[in-house]
Amino acid sequence: MSVARAFETARAEGRAALIGYLPAGFPDIDGSISAMRTMVESGCDVIEVGLPYTDPVMDGPTIQTAAQQALEGGVRTRDVFRVVEAVAGTGAPTVVMTYWNPVERYGVERFAADLASAGGAGLITPDITPDFGQEWVAAADAHDLDKIFLVAPSSTDERIAMTTAECRGFVYATAVMGVTGARKATSDLAGPLVARARRTTDLPVAVGLGVSNGDQAAEIATIADGVIVGSAFVRTLLDHASDPAAGLAALSELPRDLAGGVRRG
Amino acid sequence: MSFEADGAGFFGSADGQRWGGRFMPEALVAALDELDVAWREAMADPRFVADFDAILREYAGLPSSLYYAERLSEKAGVRILLKREDLNHTGAHKIRNVLGQALLTKRMGKTRVIAETGAGQHGVASATAAAYFGLDCTVYMGAVDTRRQALNVARMNLLGAKVIPVDSGSATLKDAINEALRDWVASVDHTAYLFGTAAGPHPFPSMVRDFCRGIGDEARQQSLDQFGRLPDAVAACVGGGSNAIGLFTAFLDDADVDVYGFEAGGDGVDTDRHAATIHAGESGVLHGARTYVLQDEDGQTVESHSISAGLDYPGVGPQHAHLAQSGRAKYLPVTDAEAMDALALLSRTEGIIPAIESAHAVAGALRIADEVKAAKGPDATILVNLSGRGDKDMETAIDWFHLGETDDQEVRA
Ligand SMILES: Cc1ncc(COP(=O)(O)O)c(C=O)c1O
Repeated sequence: MSVARAFETARAEGRAALIGYLPAGFPDIDGSISAMRTMVESGCDVIEVGLPYTDPVMDGPTIQTAAQQALEGGVRTRDVFRVVEAVAGTGAPTVVMTYWNPVERYGVERFAADLASAGGAGLITPDITPDFGQEWVAAADAHDLDKIFLVAPSSTDERIAMTTAECRGFVYATAVMGVTGARKATSDLAGPLVARARRTTDLPVAVGLGVSNGDQAAEIATIADGVIVGSAFVRTLLDHASDPAAGLAALSELPRDLAGGVRRG
Repeated sequence: MSFEADGAGFFGSADGQRWGGRFMPEALVAALDELDVAWREAMADPRFVADFDAILREYAGLPSSLYYAERLSEKAGVRILLKREDLNHTGAHKIRNVLGQALLTKRMGKTRVIAETGAGQHGVASATAAAYFGLDCTVYMGAVDTRRQALNVARMNLLGAKVIPVDSGSATLKDAINEALRDWVASVDHTAYLFGTAAGPHPFPSMVRDFCRGIGDEARQQSLDQFGRLPDAVAACVGGGSNAIGLFTAFLDDADVDVYGFEAGGDGVDTDRHAATIHAGESGVLHGARTYVLQDEDGQTVESHSISAGLDYPGVGPQHAHLAQSGRAKYLPVTDAEAMDALALLSRTEGIIPAIESAHAVAGALRIADEVKAAKGPDATILVNLSGRGDKDMETAIDWFHLGETDDQEVRA
């Protein structure tokens, strides 16, 4: 199911959509499924399932730690599809966020086919751009999957136009020049970037990187169609590593705060 | 066959497998484009080329000599010529690349450089270039490597660079590259990434090759001047591939010159502890380029192993992938033990203690000597790139050979 519907619902309610990220297999496979279900129940409109990778160059220490823990726990690419299936079963559109090499290794066409049959909506690809991702574009088109590429504050207008033209579902705008991780202040680069992206597309534009609380979400919600939160969810689980039940309870609080934010914005 | 990358940074033919490219986060594309343009303009500017030349000559001690290693040749049964990059300022071929990139950084008006390093040679070279040009310098180094190359960490500190140990992943070179890329995403407006080898996203494989190609250009001319002929084979060790491509480039169009790259075979390629990427890896994407990668079934990068930190990398420069697949160059693994034997042999026969990386090339040359002699005749010549000197590796040598431990100081040679 495409993420488009989630953005439409949010827009109809006069708010931004909330997109929550966790890596599959963190803290373990079943634990990640429970956590993502909790996130849906507490207000996330879209779930981003991370495919843990050994060399995550766009991730800061928090997500690196979680991905490494998932890999040490033995998570496999095929497990990611199992997680997608379970989360998509809640009715929330579910996308996979992955670095490129695991997709290439699995087989691009096979990856698209298995993602589609697991009920996944599409793919976020942080380390390839459409000009080097044509194989994925073709496979996604064949399987009706969303293609979510990133635009950055450093992107030229030409590249933003080229990128958004290849996106389906939404456009991922990185709020800062940097990697994932909670930041204290929201960035003043997000607004101008969203405006530049909007000039090229009617697709929803969601902002990610560094959003960790309701106030930041509220600020982003005033400028974008969606707010993407990752490290803050991961941090919450890491902070309750010894008590999974308390972790889930804390996890359910965070979307409430963020969802309050996207409604205030 | 064309050995140049196309405009998108791919090596190889349009209808066959293409290697390289730029599989990178969008946030870095503008900077890579800017670098690509600046580098092409600089290389077409006679002033830049002359400045680069002058710095290499007056500051780095180049051209390095080509030396006929007579006693080693006797042992090998072929004539062995050594390209003495070990004599360069800072002790390795790496100084060529960093002086080129740092000069370009100055030209682009950036004020800070970052670098990754494995053995520490590229880090030391970067810190040196930063001191020379008055640039701020941060070097990322795997925590495992900061321990096995403590001397080079001290040198970088003395040169005024900040060294940041990287604990994530396998805590070696690939993780240092990851961390440098993370820094760069956040600092790209004022920072240049001095990439240490001929790998990574376009334009690095081509740019680093061009800054290092003096190795082969000099050696080819020296061979003609000193011996009146070209060598029958050229040989270099291959980590990411900068010293090897720097040597090979001048000889690629000489069809009679065989080209050999020697990868780190670690404990042996039949074990899982090696870094023989071309020999044992499969096509994948690592650090922005499509190339051979040591990876598992799921495309997760597998940790490499080598006694030499500079060869301990699970990827390889994309042009080497192309040269291997096209058959123009042959890549063979050399084990830790073979390399250390060659290190001892070169020390004893020639009074030259090579870097362990370079010892892989010497060991490889000894291994192919019979084959080359059989093909080319009794006065066959192998030109070996001695990419660096062994001072940094003394700790490892002390452990390996138990140097100074007993009164029996005999080292196998
Ligand atoms: C002396 C020496 N030779 C070779 C290498 C391997 O790098 P490359 O394959 O890029 O030449 C290194 C890397 O640190 C080195 O220090």
